[in-house]
Amino acid sequence: MPRRNWGAIEMAKAIREVYGEALVKYGRDNPDVVVLDADVSASTRTALFQAACPERFFNVGVAEANMAAMAAGFASVGKIPFINSFATFVTTLALLPARIFGSYSKLNVKFMGAYGGLSDAYDGPSHHAIEDVAIMRALPNFRVYVASDEALTDWLVKHAIESEGPMYIRLSRDVFPSVYGSDTAFEDGNGKVLRDGKDVTIVACGVMVGFALEAAKALALEGIDAKVVDMFTIKPLDEELLLVSARTTGAVVTAEEHSVVGGLGGAAAETLAAAGTLVPMGFVGLADCHAECGSYKELLSKYRLDVSALVAKVRETVGRKG
Amino acid sequence: MGLTAERKAYLEKLCGKFRRDVVDALYKAQTGHPGGSLSVCEILTTLYFEKANVDPQNPEKPDRDRIVLCKGHAAPMLYRVLAEKGFFPVEEMKTLRRLNTRLQGHPSVKHTPGVDLSTGPLGAGLSAALGMALGLRLSKTGARVYAVLGDGDVNEGMVWEACMSAVKFKADNLVAIYDWNRVQLDGKSADIMPQGDMEAKFSAFGWRCLTCGGHDIKSLCDAIDKANAYPDGRPVMILADTVKGKGVSFMEGQNTWHGKAISEADHKRAAAELGGD
Repeated sequence: MPRRNWGAIEMAKAIREVYGEALVKYGRDNPDVVVLDADVSASTRTALFQAACPERFFNVGVAEANMAAMAAGFASVGKIPFINSFATFVTTLALLPARIFGSYSKLNVKFMGAYGGLSDAYDGPSHHAIEDVAIMRALPNFRVYVASDEALTDWLVKHAIESEGPMYIRLSRDVFPSVYGSDTAFEDGNGKVLRDGKDVTIVACGVMVGFALEAAKALALEGIDAKVVDMFTIKPLDEELLLVSARTTGAVVTAEEHSVVGGLGGAAAETLAAAGTLVPMGFVGLADCHAECGSYKELLSKYRLDVSALVAKVRETVGRKG
Repeated sequence: MGLTAERKAYLEKLCGKFRRDVVDALYKAQTGHPGGSLSVCEILTTLYFEKANVDPQNPEKPDRDRIVLCKGHAAPMLYRVLAEKGFFPVEEMKTLRRLNTRLQGHPSVKHTPGVDLSTGPLGAGLSAALGMALGLRLSKTGARVYAVLGDGDVNEGMVWEACMSAVKFKADNLVAIYDWNRVQLDGKSADIMPQGDMEAKFSAFGWRCLTCGGHDIKSLCDAIDKANAYPDGRPVMILADTVKGKGVSFMEGQNTWHGKAISEADHKRAAAELGGD
């Protein structure tokens, strides 16, 4: 993971570590919280919850669909189940239970996608999650969030426990640039404006939020004043913030560690088109392709998911403004 | 408590009525699944009217037993049983599968009073029933969970994942009842996906296996009593020997009646066999 200086405090904890700790922090004293894992608890860090609350931890083995359906059963009798595996398995193997029990039945299940995006870098495309957001966003009644830093990850766990309904939360294996202070207040459905600007809005999620802030600094040197929004709440999308930002800055570039098909970029484009807010748009994401194995930093660079890719895309998009 | 002769006769009479009403509802709807509905009649009747702790006056009580119809396509029989139990008026059977109905094509918790879990896609029911059982155990309610499986259902790999998990987690408040008619949509199970020795398979996974006559209410009651008398850390699988399409001679054992609309002529023949007019 590139260690950049964001001007904010750089914390050393991986998102998965923050997640595991938050599960313990908010779940230990809540008898309704149960945690299920598919034989990857050392990776997802739910092992921390297992150590704290062994009677409410269920390792189901490598059986993601079964895990998700079991979670539905727990939810139907009043528990708050968190299911855990790599994001790609949670959103493919466990998709049928997600659909019938979460989406259709609105059971209170929390689908936690560890190792989002390319963060399980060396394991290669079989273990990358590049279409998880698109899949889960298509399910009625599911809410979808992408963690962009430690403070937000902590809040998302608390929010998942407190707010009833099916959710998909994408996490990461890696360390993310820190963008929020630990006392930041978040609200469901409200994106976060991290930097104001007048020429273009970068609407980002996940690791790309930190990159967007750095890109904005680089763009400022070229005279492009970029607004940066953390759209961690993919569904419900903060449509108002998106529309206002598009109208006031006149251009939108989305940035996500995900395929350009169907994720944050798709959601933003749908919203802007439906409102008739037709501004030049650019999409930073995987170009409808699979990546490969390598270091996380190398992959983000080769597949154009880094600061330089963002700067180039913003420059090009702003150039299309009338 | 043993099943009295009087009670047994009453439940058998109910089953006769349910079969006729379900065939009528399916005829009226011109869509739906006769074969599996007729097959599961005694299993659901025994559960709801004799063995499970379910109260339509207090449908959400936390310590109630849960019943999961994993083979969700048999919804018409579930609906008829729930209606008789008092969850909704029997007349509502006329709305089966119609626009705006509470009686969806497959069971839905959001639509139908008394339904404990939405089902339809096969394979997922037993896993969910296991989650219910473990959740109820954590809450120390003493409630039991009954999962009703079918032949198509056990084709799905998830069922076997659930079988392993139920044993690992010692879910002895989980009872699976396998509506074992050995016929599925495309043909006999022996041809579609040969089952081999099912009892040996479930036993090998660690389940306590019991067998019973799936259309014999006394036999079903005995098996369920036995299942509930073994709180020894093992889930119980009751292999209930049944006949697909039971009660209508030309539907019995016929995969073609899995999900076929009933013609006027066939409805007349079926009605004559089932009586009740």
